[in-house]
Amino acid sequence: MSAIRPVAVRVRVNGREHTAEVSPRLLLSDFLRYRLGLTGTHVGCEHGVCGACTVHLDGVPVRSCLLLAVQADGAALTTIEGLAPSSERLHPVQEAFRLEHGLQCGFCTPGLLMTIAAFLRDCPRPSDEQIRRELSGHLCRCTGYQNIVRAVIRASALLAEWSAARAAGAAAARAEEARP
Amino acid sequence: MTTRGIGARIPRNEDPRLLRGLGCFVDDVNPAGVLHAACLRSPHARARIRSIDASRARAVPGVHLVAVASDLGEMNEPSPLLIPHPLLTAPRTQRPLAVGEVRFAGETVAFAVADDRYIAEDAIAQIEVDYEALPAVVDVEAALGAGAPAVHTDVSDNRAARVPQLVGDPDAVFRDAARVFTERLVIERSCGSPIEGRGVVAEHDQRTGVLRVWTSTQAPLPVKNGLARIFGLPEFHVEVIAPDVGGGFGTKIMMFYPEEILVPWAALRLGRPVKWTEDRREHLTAANQERGQVHHVEVAVDAGGRILALRDRFVHDTGAYTPYGIVVPIITACQLPGQYRLRNYAVEFEVAYTNKPAVSPYRGAGRPHGVFVMERVIGLIARELGLDSAEVRRRNLIQPDEFPWDVGLVFQDGGPTRYDSGNYPAGLEMALERSGYAAFRARQAEARRERRYVGIGVACYVEGTGIGPYEGAHVRVEPSGRVLVATGLTTQGQGHYTTFAQIAADVLGCDPSDVSVVTGDTRKFNWGAGTYASRALVTSGNAVHAAALKVRDKARRVAGQLLEASPGDIELVGGRARVRGAPGKELSLGAIATVANPIRYAYGKEASEAALRLVKARAGAVLAPGEEPGLEAVGYYAPPQSTFASGCHVVQVEVDPVTGDVAILRYVVQHDCGTLVNPTVVEGQIHGGVAQGIGGALYERLVFDEFGQPLCTTYVDFLMPTAMEIPEIEVVHTETPSPLNPLGVKGVGEAGAIPGPAVLAEAIEDALAPLGIRIREMPLHPGRIRELIELATGSVG
Repeated sequence: MSAIRPVAVRVRVNGREHTAEVSPRLLLSDFLRYRLGLTGTHVGCEHGVCGACTVHLDGVPVRSCLLLAVQADGAALTTIEGLAPSSERLHPVQEAFRLEHGLQCGFCTPGLLMTIAAFLRDCPRPSDEQIRRELSGHLCRCTGYQNIVRAVIRASALLAEWSAARAAGAAAARAEEARP
Repeated sequence: MTTRGIGARIPRNEDPRLLRGLGCFVDDVNPAGVLHAACLRSPHARARIRSIDASRARAVPGVHLVAVASDLGEMNEPSPLLIPHPLLTAPRTQRPLAVGEVRFAGETVAFAVADDRYIAEDAIAQIEVDYEALPAVVDVEAALGAGAPAVHTDVSDNRAARVPQLVGDPDAVFRDAARVFTERLVIERSCGSPIEGRGVVAEHDQRTGVLRVWTSTQAPLPVKNGLARIFGLPEFHVEVIAPDVGGGFGTKIMMFYPEEILVPWAALRLGRPVKWTEDRREHLTAANQERGQVHHVEVAVDAGGRILALRDRFVHDTGAYTPYGIVVPIITACQLPGQYRLRNYAVEFEVAYTNKPAVSPYRGAGRPHGVFVMERVIGLIARELGLDSAEVRRRNLIQPDEFPWDVGLVFQDGGPTRYDSGNYPAGLEMALERSGYAAFRARQAEARRERRYVGIGVACYVEGTGIGPYEGAHVRVEPSGRVLVATGLTTQGQGHYTTFAQIAADVLGCDPSDVSVVTGDTRKFNWGAGTYASRALVTSGNAVHAAALKVRDKARRVAGQLLEASPGDIELVGGRARVRGAPGKELSLGAIATVANPIRYAYGKEASEAALRLVKARAGAVLAPGEEPGLEAVGYYAPPQSTFASGCHVVQVEVDPVTGDVAILRYVVQHDCGTLVNPTVVEGQIHGGVAQGIGGALYERLVFDEFGQPLCTTYVDFLMPTAMEIPEIEVVHTETPSPLNPLGVKGVGEAGAIPGPAVLAEAIEDALAPLGIRIREMPLHPGRIRELIELATGSVG
């Protein structure tokens, strides 16, 4: 068998620049997990059904098991490790999952959180039907989905509070700046 | 002062880590220099291996090892038979790599280790195996028929076991019975399919001699002890860690899967860490499976629908091997009577080999099959006698004053099938009331006038939980005041880091968030069995309780000495020990822990002050004879027998006769698992179980063709339900504490899944009653419902 020539990729992951030489057949999920050590992205089926490996590529949720690392060249990626605003605070979607017992074993959870974070950004006040439709791209074997649906509803409320608080903070900062 | 201890709905301790992607599952473990393995699996369900040529595979650059059976030597012995039984007369277990013949498509034939998984898979693709394909044994009834090929050449009739069990004298009753009904019932194959598949990482530290294995198992301690035996190592030189386990559902209780031996073997041989991670296709073709029984049942009743006797003969498909003995069909036989008074009962099962993956327990473990049979019988009685099925149930339920109720059969653990407590009539009425059962009938009549097919189903069950042998726990209070709880079994999503913390916190008077729980690490606790059979809370929970009580006693004793009070007057509240009725006379648990370890060194200001203030001049040893340092204890709990949880599900459905689609309109669960430690966690367990029950009734079915080829090898073909298929589940609790253990708890892990096929069968049959459909099989996909409609009505419209 002829040797496979590595290809250079440059990606920005969770705000950090990475360059690497990778085999052209390396999956993006394996690149994140094994080359960058970001093991929070989980692989449940490797054929794009379970959704556990979902990450954001230029802001869009994608299945990292269905992409090659070389396809992400030049892209900005966010993985579960980059979702929370800080090591002290959880993202509202994470907090909602905690409050509503939206996870059990936690294996499918990172992918769900990434999908829901993008979903609520684009659709901040979803109906139950919209939520279930959105979740249907993910398999969870533990929860029966009920508390995940509740967590999405809760997250929607928490995000609204969050952005209201941020808007208030920004307004206060502007007022502070404007003071003579 | 137990508001945040037992009974509290608190968020889980484990969640922040898991939510940040900081869980540690087996595939997240990457020791330096780790190599990656892949398995070559049989493409045939049954074939003779004429020859294997691995030379080209060994020449692939980056390949470190390619093993076929002959390379393994003594390592390639058949795996141990985990649970022998005198009536399991022809047990067979799998070898790590197949020798001579393959017995299911997916069986391991060769094993390659390379720099990465991609190269390892390149290597196995280069292995040439010359197979002589043979006719496969696929159908379980045909397996026992004349002329079937033998799955194992030395078991010519494919019969692994035949087990008759008898209560009372059913034959005499049948001779005189007013009415006798019979039915043939089928439940097909399915599997656990946790989203994290199996996985193994092993490294051998040549300096210390320690073989360390991370494996996604439900039973790390048995794996450790077994590996020590297999590799001729002292048990104390083998460490097994099941870090975070991404779901198990029984699939991961099995040992040894071939890879659990092959990976450590390769690590020992290569002197490098080795990893194998199961992919989904491997899971759906090579991991153990379950369900798969055919029942012939007869029931004798009086004119009022009271069951006088029941006879059931069934065939259990064990696949190609019996690694887990005959536990699953024993459970089916023992739990089939469920909540009903059955004084004359004959059950006989045969266990048949087929050319399919081996069978071991999957959530429910034989119970969904038994409950399906019993509840179909209830439905049959109701229909034949023109009674409402709920009324037939009422007339046959075991009454609250009849506990303990002895079913009369020997349970899976060798103990009695003796129900310890419960209130079945109250449970049934609660479920019926909550689901609006009475009002539904009126709505149903209206819907039928509109030619809409709505139906309601009820199913009751009993689940033997909390089996032995025992579990233990180590509880230690640190000088910081934090509490460590370590137990030998695993957690694969059940919330043990929280419920065990609640139990310890309740006894020690601290907050559950101050308690850190460690599970699944043989380095932290060396005794116990594992998390299966809905047993963790009963066994480890009570062990944690026992250990915490000892710690509390010691804390009171030490605090009593320091505060010059009688230990009986010391209460533990808010993380502190205080003297009742003497405000200000108190110490933190951490200070007591510091003083209890009299090593002269005190770390930190508070500890220092405590030591100075409290340790007095003494004569003699710092530890009195028999006294041990530290504020810690080990406790064990061995249940005298199983404790029996119960419940009743009611479901309303609408069936579309044109598409065969089943829509679930409402799903109500009544459940009784004794004392609730964390109701939120309990409900989560039930929700997940119900989803698997619905999956097992309507979607999940492992199909094999006539050659034994598995046709469901991806998540596109094995249909697990999504959020679109699972309805809102309404859960109501009754709480009948178990008299058998100090906490009064019963298990809940499997409960939700058990009555799924039974309750949906009744609801679908009820919905389609105007068409005269009879449901005798599970699962039922839309196409099959269409077929049943066509068969019943003779039309296709």
